[in-house]
Amino acid sequence: MIAGVSIYEILTVSTIIFFIGIYGFVTRKNLIAMLMSVELILNSAALNFVIINKYLFPEALGGAMFSIFIIAVAAAETALALAIIINLYRLIMSLKTDDLETMKF
Amino acid sequence: MNLTYTVLIPLIPLFMFLVLGLNYKRIKEPISGWLGTAGLLVTAGISFYTAFQYFFNYGKIDGVYQKIYAYNTEWIHFSNTLHIDMGILLDPISAVMLIVVPLISLMVNLYSIGYMKKEPGFTRFFAYLSLFTFSMLGLVLATNLFQIYIFWELVGVSSYLLIGYYFEKPSAILAAKKAFIVTRFADFFFLVGILVISYVAKTFDFKILTDLDFINNLKMQAGMFMGLSVVTVALILIFIGGAGKSAMFPLHIWLPDAMEGPTPVSALIHAATMVVAGVFLVARLFPMFYFFDDGFALHIVAWVGAFTTLFAAIIAITQYDIKRVLAFSTMSQIGYMMLALGVSGYGGHEGLGFMAAMFHLFTHAMFKALLFLGAGAIIHAVHSNYMQKMGGLRKYMPITNITFLLAALAISGIPPLAGFFSKDEILAAAFEHNMPVFIIGYIVAGMTAFYMFRLYFRIFWWNNPDYEHKPHEAPATMTIALIILALMTVGSGFIPFADFVSPDNTPFHSHIDWTLAGASIGIGLFGILLAFIFYKKENDLATRFVYAFGRVHKWAFNKFYIDEIYFFITKTIIFKYISGSFAWFDRHVVDGTMNGIGNKTVWISSKIKGLQSGKIQDYAMFFISGVLFIIMIVWLFLN
Repeated sequence: MIAGVSIYEILTVSTIIFFIGIYGFVTRKNLIAMLMSVELILNSAALNFVIINKYLFPEALGGAMFSIFIIAVAAAETALALAIIINLYRLIMSLKTDDLETMKF
Repeated sequence: MNLTYTVLIPLIPLFMFLVLGLNYKRIKEPISGWLGTAGLLVTAGISFYTAFQYFFNYGKIDGVYQKIYAYNTEWIHFSNTLHIDMGILLDPISAVMLIVVPLISLMVNLYSIGYMKKEPGFTRFFAYLSLFTFSMLGLVLATNLFQIYIFWELVGVSSYLLIGYYFEKPSAILAAKKAFIVTRFADFFFLVGILVISYVAKTFDFKILTDLDFINNLKMQAGMFMGLSVVTVALILIFIGGAGKSAMFPLHIWLPDAMEGPTPVSALIHAATMVVAGVFLVARLFPMFYFFDDGFALHIVAWVGAFTTLFAAIIAITQYDIKRVLAFSTMSQIGYMMLALGVSGYGGHEGLGFMAAMFHLFTHAMFKALLFLGAGAIIHAVHSNYMQKMGGLRKYMPITNITFLLAALAISGIPPLAGFFSKDEILAAAFEHNMPVFIIGYIVAGMTAFYMFRLYFRIFWWNNPDYEHKPHEAPATMTIALIILALMTVGSGFIPFADFVSPDNTPFHSHIDWTLAGASIGIGLFGILLAFIFYKKENDLATRFVYAFGRVHKWAFNKFYIDEIYFFITKTIIFKYISGSFAWFDRHVVDGTMNGIGNKTVWISSKIKGLQSGKIQDYAMFFISGVLFIIMIVWLFLN
């Protein structure tokens, strides 16, 4: 419990972070920026897990565990995505998504 | 009494096959031959010991020869009564085969060391011979129908490999394929027969299947099919399988062509051992053949045998290729054995035909192998299969001459050689039970003597053609085999076979009926005399006869156009009309449907693939709007 802060306020924050992430993912044309947006989405989900665990089921640990998993998955995903991005950059000397259209079918 | 050692009898040749087959490049020429022969020598030793012990030591209990499972292990389990076993069955007929198969095999191996000298693939040849011996021994020792079927097919495979030994020759490949396909076609019926029997009787086991109480029970239970017991139908199907392997009309067409293989192979497989497998099979199931529907299936056996024996004898008279004469003679003699089985009764002296068939199988194996090996020696010396290129060989090849003469006398039924005794028993059995069959058998006895001595006089007398290379006697390994087989040909007739082999495994006494024997000797001598007049010295008597008979001769010379009929049926009718229409249906309807589906898919995808823009943001939008859409639907439904 955080004194003076209710669960609704924190859930509002996480929802805002989530939609910032969605917005960034859809509008950004740079691959790195898109990756950062994905991280925001993941973090908002992790935040939800922790908060719900803390406020609604204080004696359980499942939510905290899940957020740790999410962090691990996010780290792995970032490493993978960065590797792909670096290779793409070597291939087409660009990080713009418009330049990646050649990869369709 | 532990008889487990008998498993070595088939396993040693298998081991030799593996050794020679896996090392066929490493083991060089004479060594591989001697290795194969040594392996067979051991097998033959164990086999003879087993057969001897069986007949004189432990086989007979209270005057009846027992069916003994020397070894039996369950292989595939279906139910408590129906299971496929692998094992060794000892009974009088398998013990007889234990003498025939390893002995002929050993002789042929020994002979081949000389005959196959400097042939490419020498080691391969001996590996195949060992494989064949293994399969044949497994067949004769089988404890159940399924084991016999497995080894039956293995024998077919080794026959295929050996006929096609000269695989550079197109004719050899064709002959090998023909032999395999024709026998395989017959084996299909055999398999159906086995399945029917196993369905009705719920067992594959020979000991149970030939048990009289079991047969009586089965007679009550088995259903009817087209007015016959189901078991009779199954037995006829099994006999078709046997007829295929034993070259009975109309499934005989592969045997003459199989002579494309090396001559020792013809001697071993296509004269002495494999082709009698059909006779062995009928003998193995003899009580079933005899008791169901009053021996209806057995009558078929008798008439197929009788027809084949006459048919083959007529063709044999007209052929010029000496191996083909012998091939048709083999067919004719196997027809004799079938005929003998067909006229046999059950129990005591009634079982004469059964005994005679096995006796003839035994003696025929000896003298026919001898004839083939002799023919091999002649071909080796003259480098031709055709009797027009031969003549006067008695001066060049004295040992071959004498052994060939002995074998020819034996097959013509002249006492005291082996063929006389067995043939006389067959004729006696036919005389007692089936007069028309006896008359056919009697005529064929004369024809046999004629074509055999036609062969003999034409090869060894006649006049000398101009040989390019002077013919010479065969090397020692070949002549030793000839001499041993000649001794067997002379001696084996005196074996009192009725003391060992009978349908109910109870010894009985058979005696020679001298009036009948006299008549058969008479017609044999008449045939020989005729051949003597025609072929002793060069003359145009035979040619004039050929002209006189004209069309009939041409007909017989072309084997009554049976091959052409087969070709007509398969090529023109089956391939062109039946298979042709199936092929059209397959190509246009089945393939057309599948191609249509494929083409449509490609067409649809070409239309809709524009949706795939390649822009990640588009995909993300699709994804997110999709998720939102699903959430909305779920939300709507929940409220």
